[in-house]
Amino acid sequence: MQSTSDEVLIGRIANGDRLAMQVLYARHHVRVFRFVLRYVRDEAMAEDLISEVFLDVWRQAGRFEGRSSVSTWLLAIARFKSLSALRRRPDEEFDEDSAAAIEDEADDPERVLEKKDKSALIRQCLAGLSAQHREIVDLVYYHDKSVEEVAQIVGIPENTVKTRMFYARKRLAELLKAAGIERGWP
Amino acid sequence: MNTINKQKETECHDLEALLPWHANGTLNRRDAERVEHALASDADLARRYRLVREELAETIHLNETLGAPSARAMEKLFAAIDAEEARSPRRRRSFDPARRISELLSGFAPRTLAWSAAVAALAIVVQSAIIGTVLWKGDVSTPGPKLASVSRGAFAVIRFAPQATATEITNFLGAYKATVVEGPLRSGGGLYRIRLGENQLPPADMGKVIRQMQDESRIVGFIAAAD
Repeated sequence: MQSTSDEVLIGRIANGDRLAMQVLYARHHVRVFRFVLRYVRDEAMAEDLISEVFLDVWRQAGRFEGRSSVSTWLLAIARFKSLSALRRRPDEEFDEDSAAAIEDEADDPERVLEKKDKSALIRQCLAGLSAQHREIVDLVYYHDKSVEEVAQIVGIPENTVKTRMFYARKRLAELLKAAGIERGWP
Repeated sequence: MNTINKQKETECHDLEALLPWHANGTLNRRDAERVEHALASDADLARRYRLVREELAETIHLNETLGAPSARAMEKLFAAIDAEEARSPRRRRSFDPARRISELLSGFAPRTLAWSAAVAALAIVVQSAIIGTVLWKGDVSTPGPKLASVSRGAFAVIRFAPQATATEITNFLGAYKATVVEGPLRSGGGLYRIRLGENQLPPADMGKVIRQMQDESRIVGFIAAAD
């Protein structure tokens, strides 16, 4: 039996159907939460933000035109809210460009080398990518987004999406090399 | 020769850039075939594709370890929705009864929905008067006007929701091609008699229409089929 499509659910939500809202939430909240958490790195804040994301869906469902998939729409809202929340943090002056250059110092490749576990090392190095690179890697590899969808979510041209992904992977290779894993690429 | 090499290099770079999307299965058919063809003939590209797949697997693993939100997030969401609805109930919902009823009726056996012009004109006048009484929140114990000429058809009794506006009621009735023919009824309770069509509807169809109308809770407080 085919389940109700996200687009049909959005139509029902636009008419105030709370059950449709619950179904949509159940379908997407975990992935949206993880997406948000990778930006804000604070579970409580990520939970607050996903509530806001779905509240926006409740409010704006009537305006959804179906130009993108519902999950792409959700991630675009989630990204906007995450970046806005980071900018509001009193202790962190968030600047998207400079944040993009900051890498996760907690994941020191040299330290992880001790684990001698290639998979774990790759994950550690993925976590050590800059925010900008991590974002694109997650969207492609975890959220299964196409070039066009990533362009919509991040708000950049499609060619930039490809280039950014290429450099994210290149940076990952460099981190792995520094951690002692030579992959022979690039 | 240099030009050919350069073209090959560019093509190779283009294909390499597409590998992550080939791995996640979102390339269009043409690009997917290009990549498949190149992978079959280029061992080095195939090796690099294995690296991509490795990255993809570990990215999924990494994200899956991030856990899930607690029930608090959902509770907060629905509390916010409740609060919002209490403040301005369904202000933004685009009520599109015409589309909904057209979808509903499209499944029915063909039947004539057209009314005679005279009855329709008279009905509109009487209905306007009756909607006036619906919106007048005073004493509704006095029976309202009645369209005596309407004696056959499919009927229901309805109580409109207190927050329904005249425009909403008019649109709602128009969408269902329904007409208020009598009310408020002597039985009290702010009930009105409406006609849904000039011919009786099969019970199953009638039930569908009633359920559909009942779903419009912004406008309908109560509705039931009537003789």
